[in-house]
Amino acid sequence: MDLQRLTRKEEYVWQIEPHGQMRVPAVLFADESLVRDMDDKVYEQICNVAMLPGIVQAAYAMPDAHWGYGFPIGGVAAFDPEQGGVVSGGGVGFDISCGVRTLLTGLQYPAIEANKTRLADALFHRIPAGLGSTGQIHLNDAGMDAMLIGGADWAVEQGFGWQTDLARIEEQGRMPGADPDKVSAFAKKRQRNEMGTLGSGNHYLEVQRVSHIYHPSAARVFGLREDDVVVSIHCGSRGLGHQIGTEFLREMALGAAGQGISLPDRELACAPINSPTGQDYLGAMRAGINCALANRQIITHLTREVFAEVLPQAELQLLYDVSHNTCKEEHHRVEGKDRRLFVHRKGATRAFGPDHPDLPVELQPVGQPVIIGGSMGTASYILAGTKQSEQRAWSSACHGAGRAMSRHQAKRQWQGRSLVDELAERGILIRSPSMRGVAEEAPGAYKDVSAVVEVADQAGLAYKVARLEPVVCIKG
Amino acid sequence: MPAHWEHFYHMADIGVRGYGATLTQAFEQVALAMLAVVTELATIEPRERIEIRCRAPDHEILLVDWLNALIYEIATRNMLFSRFDVSMSGQELCGQAWGEALQIDKHHPAVELKGATYTELKVIQLDDGSWLAQCVVDV
Repeated sequence: MDLQRLTRKEEYVWQIEPHGQMRVPAVLFADESLVRDMDDKVYEQICNVAMLPGIVQAAYAMPDAHWGYGFPIGGVAAFDPEQGGVVSGGGVGFDISCGVRTLLTGLQYPAIEANKTRLADALFHRIPAGLGSTGQIHLNDAGMDAMLIGGADWAVEQGFGWQTDLARIEEQGRMPGADPDKVSAFAKKRQRNEMGTLGSGNHYLEVQRVSHIYHPSAARVFGLREDDVVVSIHCGSRGLGHQIGTEFLREMALGAAGQGISLPDRELACAPINSPTGQDYLGAMRAGINCALANRQIITHLTREVFAEVLPQAELQLLYDVSHNTCKEEHHRVEGKDRRLFVHRKGATRAFGPDHPDLPVELQPVGQPVIIGGSMGTASYILAGTKQSEQRAWSSACHGAGRAMSRHQAKRQWQGRSLVDELAERGILIRSPSMRGVAEEAPGAYKDVSAVVEVADQAGLAYKVARLEPVVCIKG
Repeated sequence: MPAHWEHFYHMADIGVRGYGATLTQAFEQVALAMLAVVTELATIEPRERIEIRCRAPDHEILLVDWLNALIYEIATRNMLFSRFDVSMSGQELCGQAWGEALQIDKHHPAVELKGATYTELKVIQLDDGSWLAQCVVDV
């Protein structure tokens, strides 16, 4: 991206002044090298977002922003329903409520070292991953609707996981306002055999080791010590979310003109929040969020079963579950006033600061855990929301590294099998149904997540608490 | 220009493009390009046939609908396809796809297709009269 087109507001804050159809400025959080490396498409897309009706304050791009669909991945924008604000199917994306949860195990790394291979094999055997894998749970119509309303809460009622998990999930594991009647029969059919499956692409289940603590007191509250073993699960709402995204994107793209909305890019398909299509989408999308929460809850249960067999001394407590493809109704202070806004986070993590009323009491002194996923062989990070994050970008932070290289390039550059062997030599065990999938997700195909995390910390979006290194990775 | 397909660059995902002497041929080729994102086409035997119908106000939306209908069939039938036949009349598309049940050991699928998108979406007639159809698929 050409720096000449930006105004540097602070060391890590860059602004694009409103021009053309832009209603508000666009703000990028990055250091000079990250901005320079950002695709010109990010510039174009974040400016397009700033053109949408009812947008409040600014369109924001996180330090990991890259070329997405309509919104850049790493895009954040809030809309006011009372000012003609919109909800955008493209702004949430196909993988509704894709997210990460991290489980503590209570074990230190030396306790698992001897059993690493057994653990990797048992997890790979038990957790359905990749295209065509099916879960153990096959829901009938009533069960499907109950799941779409209840989310992780429903999953716990069905015996998947613990009641205490729910306090450690956004919205206590159950997104209110979900309307299963707005989810098509196609979407439900696509989900029938996919409950409790990881999916593919960049989705994974990783056993990780805490390699560094940056903030000892926050780490203590989170229950993280150096050399602790944790498990992170990255996946979303599976076929159901993809189908909801597909159907509403079409409806919104075709209907926008009729609503008086001129779309700078068809992929930005949106509808006024206060319109039948907007409300239908919100009902369906929230059902999609519940599907993702239930899905991660079921996989959590399967993971606990595996640990109970292989490492029975482990106790897998949920640290936190974050979603990074959502639109959520939230209250924020804008120029001293409380406003009800619909905050889109596309490839961005919610990062509530300390004392936020939605956080469980024990987390309130330090803020919400923000989980930043790496890719196989690279580090992941745990951060926490800051007080000033609300004023920065509606309490949002980055979500991951973002690709540095396309799948096509990665497939040509690496071979899955030799990559698995190289990582094994470094002590990282990879299990995947597809070696080509492994090549396309090679660690070298992603940007350096550390640089992104550093900027998130320096810019005050979230502060660093701990770094995690992969030990075992189950790749979809 | 003989009908053929190719992939094109998108940072996070992958672009699929088909060329054909006719519009329907270009649609067939872009479907091949999409399945080639999942696995090597040569491993998919065209044993079984399914039928797809879609209707859309313009060629671009029709392309997205055609690819999304295929994605839906792949997901719900647990099948992969390697041969396509498309016909069109007005705003309606009638497609046939031949393929077989997905077998992990045989097909080693690299990724799952989430949806065809409006990003880089184009259906155009080239100067020589042939057709190009393309979009980015989210994987």
